[in-house]
Amino acid sequence: MMKDLRFRDRAKAEELARLIERLAPAEPVKLVHICGTHEVTITEFGLRSLLPPQVEILEGPGCPVCVTPVEHIDEAVALAEQGHIVTTFGDMARVPGTRKSLEGARSEGADVRIVYSIADAVELARKAAKEVIFFAIGFETTAPTVAAAMLDGVPDNFSLLVSHKLIPPAMAALLEGEHDISGFLAPGHVSTIIGLEPYRIFPEKYGMPVVIGGFEPLDILYSIALLLRQLREGTPKVENAYTRAVGSRGNLRAQEVLYEVFEVTDHYWRGMGLIPGSGLKLREEFSSWDARERFSLKVKSNESLHPGCRCAQVITAKATPDQCPLFSKGVCTPRTPYGPCMVGEEGMCHIWHRYGGRPKL
Amino acid sequence: MTIKQDERITLLHGAGGQLMGELLARLLKKFTRTSVESGIGLAELDDGAVIPLAGKNLVFTTDSHVVQPIFFPGGDIGRLAVAGTVNDLAVMGAQPLALSCGLVIPEGFPIAELERVLESMDRALEEAGAALITGDTKVLGHGELEGLIINTAGIGLAERVVTDAGLRLGDKLLVTGTIGDHGMALLAHREGLGFETTLESDVAPINHLIARALEVGGTGITAMKDPTRGGLASCLNELARKAKVGITVYESKIPMREEVCGLGELLGINPLEVANEGKAVIGVAPEKAEAVLEALRSHPLGRNAAIIGEATLDFPGKVILVTEVGGKRFLEDPIGDPVPRIC
Amino acid sequence: MCLAIPSKVIEVGEFEAVVDHGGVKKRVKLDLLAEPVEVGDYLLIHTGFAIQRIAPSEAEETLKLFEELIRATFDDEGPPVS
Repeated sequence: MMKDLRFRDRAKAEELARLIERLAPAEPVKLVHICGTHEVTITEFGLRSLLPPQVEILEGPGCPVCVTPVEHIDEAVALAEQGHIVTTFGDMARVPGTRKSLEGARSEGADVRIVYSIADAVELARKAAKEVIFFAIGFETTAPTVAAAMLDGVPDNFSLLVSHKLIPPAMAALLEGEHDISGFLAPGHVSTIIGLEPYRIFPEKYGMPVVIGGFEPLDILYSIALLLRQLREGTPKVENAYTRAVGSRGNLRAQEVLYEVFEVTDHYWRGMGLIPGSGLKLREEFSSWDARERFSLKVKSNESLHPGCRCAQVITAKATPDQCPLFSKGVCTPRTPYGPCMVGEEGMCHIWHRYGGRPKL
Repeated sequence: MTIKQDERITLLHGAGGQLMGELLARLLKKFTRTSVESGIGLAELDDGAVIPLAGKNLVFTTDSHVVQPIFFPGGDIGRLAVAGTVNDLAVMGAQPLALSCGLVIPEGFPIAELERVLESMDRALEEAGAALITGDTKVLGHGELEGLIINTAGIGLAERVVTDAGLRLGDKLLVTGTIGDHGMALLAHREGLGFETTLESDVAPINHLIARALEVGGTGITAMKDPTRGGLASCLNELARKAKVGITVYESKIPMREEVCGLGELLGINPLEVANEGKAVIGVAPEKAEAVLEALRSHPLGRNAAIIGEATLDFPGKVILVTEVGGKRFLEDPIGDPVPRIC
Repeated sequence: MCLAIPSKVIEVGEFEAVVDHGGVKKRVKLDLLAEPVEVGDYLLIHTGFAIQRIAPSEAEETLKLFEELIRATFDDEGPPVS
């Protein structure tokens, strides 16, 4: 099953590319996905080079690290500097806060550790004499794993710095105000958890086609073809092109676990601003594991983007990385990032830089 | 790049990516005499330096080795130290003669483990046909050093030096075997990730393998480099940059173990960006490519050798990867040590 | 976001299973699955947790749908112009 070669077949990819060419309208179409892993597949497999010039596919706010507010990073750095052990997922450590990144704090002696799973952080807390904080980022896919660990029981010296976010409210935010989006390729693994229902609003209220797509290159080409067919037929709806992993109601057990521990709150998205009902916070019953309650955290954060940085446009699918002068001049790179889209490993700028993304090659 | 007063070294500076390259460029400016008898020196940043000597070429190289854990599947720090130095000599076209060994040992280190490491070094030297002829030992107090550090320097003799910069248009690019084994084996083994694999590091001295390629390829061998830190991606970029040619490689032709591929997918890490410790990338004139390939494959360490691409006119200094599904993208120089991508 | 990988179950415990992904074995938690898991099942794994059972028959189905869409489109409008 791994690396299902049937979904990477070169001849089939060519056929799908021809199909896309056939279905594409004459005028430009902008499709938006909201998932770093989709962007990695698209860029890593060079799928854009297989699309006709008028079909564009961009990443919206699909990088959890990129949209994490600076304030939360500053809080994590402050916790590390107070002498606690701060654990987080790989790329989060590199994101600069107002003063420094977690990696920067580590190079100055703070104890910052990369974990693969919240389970590893809990395990560490069981062995450690110090306080262990897990910096919990991610969307609907990741939040249930954190909730499950909390329900399993965690030691007293463990706590969470929560920065979980929800995708559909951010998609809706993209459609409020001016935009030229023609359709959404919805994130497959978020959909695994939430199912189809939360996307209904897009065809119904906004007339926007939605296709839930998988992560193999052919999955994505097929999903693009389906979106183009919806556009051509003028029948916007929610289609599931990833039925092997997404049921129409999603993973009910995961939803149950998620909302037993977390509740919905308004959240600030970097580059987008405050989005109502787009974040998660710990429920009252779990507040004693909330690092913000347990430790005194007063940070003074600067959320503003660098003047030349077009990350806000990239995150809202209004620009591709190469349309940003800082990117195209090679000034903004993963090590000298000016904005969050270059910092987060799932950010479009970062992925284009790392995997050599260009609109056409 | 703006230079800030409070800049500090981070782990990325040592990871073999772009960041390390820039740090080196900055530090190398501190030296004024950087070559001998107009041989290859510090400025070329090649795998080793060359001193022209009595009609031959004395090749000289040095490496420091730290690896956690010291013993890993397929090898240990001692074998790594010998292979690293021998291979740096070999890809310059030299046969290794002798190595030095500088040990920095933390207080409390078990002597039995030290002996195991040195025995392993000796076996690797035996495989390479090189001798260990000088050394140095220091012990640091508790807390001053976490693990063992081994520095090895090596000298070898080359009839004809093969540099990183020699690639010509139309040359074929060969790899001597599967890519990503060492880096992925270590990642799998690294504490905390909880993966179980049968993956082993490919760490081995490959000077005999390379000698066989040189015998058959002669002057048709235009460039060689070992894809250690930064992996194949970094290595190909360096070859393209130094020779000012484009390189096109085909993903489906790059030999890779299934487990390497599987672990790469699990961790979101591209195996083309992780270290190899028993492989070389060889640029060969097209008319010699098949013969060199055959020669490599006839050696046990080259069984999986393959032709993976060629030097082209497109985008000089850049590497284009033609993907499994026929798409194209640039294969970029990795930024630093890859970290698992989770979300 | 959300790197999640389909892997095959090779051992099942009460709360955990061992999965294999291209020869790489990993212990994963089953907290987020309502239904029982059997050896031979495929699970979608995200940060050490199984988040979904995969239906391999649906993969076949999707591949068939590719074909159908390709056929339907080109039959409608004649053979592709190359």
